[in-house]
Amino acid sequence: MQLKKIADYVWELPKQGKMLVPGRIYGDEKTVEHLYMEEQRGGWSAIKQLANVASLPGIQKYALALADIHPGYGSPIGGVFAMDYEEGVITFGGVGFDINCGVRTMKTPLKLEEVEKIKEKLAEELFRKVPAGLGSTGELKLNLEEIDEVLAKGAHYVVEHGYGFKEDLEYIEEKGRIEGALPEAVSIRAKQRQFKQIGTLGSGNHYLEVQYVEQIFDEEAAKNYGIEKEQILISFHCGSRGLGHQIGMDYLKELDAARKKYNIEIPDRELVCAPIQSEEGQRYFGAVKAGINCAFANRQVIAHLAREAFCEVIGIAAKEIKTLYEVGHNTAKEERHKINGEVKRLLVQRKGSTRGFGPHQEEIPEEYRKIGQPVLVGGTMGTYSYILRGTEKAMEETFGSTIHGAGRRMSRVRALKQWRGEILAKELRSKGIIVKAHSWRGLAEEAPGAYKDIDEVVNVMHNAGITLKVARVRPIICVKG
Amino acid sequence: MFELFEHEADIGIRGFGRSMEEAFRNAAKAMFSVMVDLEDVQTVEQRTIKVSAADAEALLVEFLNSLLSIASMENMLFSEFKVKIEKNSEYVLECVAKGEKINLKRHRPKIEVKAATYSQLAVSKRNNRWVAQCIVDV
Repeated sequence: MQLKKIADYVWELPKQGKMLVPGRIYGDEKTVEHLYMEEQRGGWSAIKQLANVASLPGIQKYALALADIHPGYGSPIGGVFAMDYEEGVITFGGVGFDINCGVRTMKTPLKLEEVEKIKEKLAEELFRKVPAGLGSTGELKLNLEEIDEVLAKGAHYVVEHGYGFKEDLEYIEEKGRIEGALPEAVSIRAKQRQFKQIGTLGSGNHYLEVQYVEQIFDEEAAKNYGIEKEQILISFHCGSRGLGHQIGMDYLKELDAARKKYNIEIPDRELVCAPIQSEEGQRYFGAVKAGINCAFANRQVIAHLAREAFCEVIGIAAKEIKTLYEVGHNTAKEERHKINGEVKRLLVQRKGSTRGFGPHQEEIPEEYRKIGQPVLVGGTMGTYSYILRGTEKAMEETFGSTIHGAGRRMSRVRALKQWRGEILAKELRSKGIIVKAHSWRGLAEEAPGAYKDIDEVVNVMHNAGITLKVARVRPIICVKG
Repeated sequence: MFELFEHEADIGIRGFGRSMEEAFRNAAKAMFSVMVDLEDVQTVEQRTIKVSAADAEALLVEFLNSLLSIASMENMLFSEFKVKIEKNSEYVLECVAKGEKINLKRHRPKIEVKAATYSQLAVSKRNNRWVAQCIVDV
């Protein structure tokens, strides 16, 4: 399939075959070259997946992919799909197994030099406090009724139970609780899997980092977000844990039955779907929202644990650590965006992409409305992460969406052959980064060299004017599952 | 016999066997080998699962995901599997999985598998040898 360049950093996949709308990709020449190579190799191809999504009933404007595009399950990662809320479908592929996996960043009142001295002890304490890795359990043990409350109330439930502060909620997408969650649409099995998993980091690409602000690109925005050079931040990436994974497994089956019932033809088994307005569609949407709330609660508990570690080692008050913002990556949300000049009610599915609303949107905290929504883009433990801001142009072109991370460039199996966890940790330490990992093998799979260059994807979105660079942050401590 | 194969973001698992049942058993071993060194798991407890599906491919995904659910719910790891598959109007699989509760010190778990997926999913017979494979999301 050939892509047509329609503007700098913007490519169109012309409508063909069963596509109902064209595809649109944000990227540079290198992105496109890689996509072509992938397609020619046969097997997994992100362009093919984008074309597949473009054939789903009700899709609006274009099937969109951002600069971190790579193949996923049914839909490409880095994908954004807006469906007509009345006529469209909701698909499993647009959410995946790790519902509302996302990133929270918190601001401390500390400077790099203050933390350098006690870095070792802080790393130990964070590693001890924040449960991570396969088989880890959280301190908050819940029963079925309590889980239902978590699913309905999200981060609000755990704040009520002493984890963190009300002030945190303002700075989470949906203010820490998405409306319309249906705990009854989530299986008992999914809930049982979460009894002991609230407040656990998980494994794979999930992490908790202590970072410092290395460079500021946009003084005005940085000031508005309350960050300055050398300031210490805490960032972590995790999702809805076993509950989210089980919702995925359950609905992969239920949506397959539904799409047969409604005679929806799909080009890929993982694009199983149901009309949004159908009983099955509403159930899945309600279950996804419950998963979204579960992830909000999970991250709020981890925020509390990280604060505890800082308070104990450095002796600052928990309230001095404030939430900058929290974004989600794998979500389905009801939103309103302009289509052909008219505001339309849509279901926006972001698969491995981030909401990045521009200025003046009422969904973002009042304090940030002049500047636009903060977007937190995770890099790798050896390099750096970025803080960006959403723009008006994103509202017009990308349904207010942007990239979520660097994306892998090497398989886990190959990374394992190339790196050893213990040696990698030593190398990072010599660069001033303390890594604490529960699994050396898991660490080797996450080697910085196995990921694409974060600068490249961030620069594409910046140069395209979709999300602008505010600051670059570098890790000094990294906790992995 | 089983093996892991390359995949851009996650991991591929592949089980071989003289029968479909044996290939499924080895696919399950492959999946748990992503999480733990199988020889570290003692087979002191067992769980029985029963799943069904319209085709062999869907059966494999169902089977692997059921094992993951039980393991996650009960904080267990499995290393041995006895698999029986019957085909009537649909495929029905019964499995006795043997393993134990996770012991973080002794098992040194590796990486958590979130789910078995439909990607590169195949159950086939080539030269009298069965292969059962898919990508697992980690």
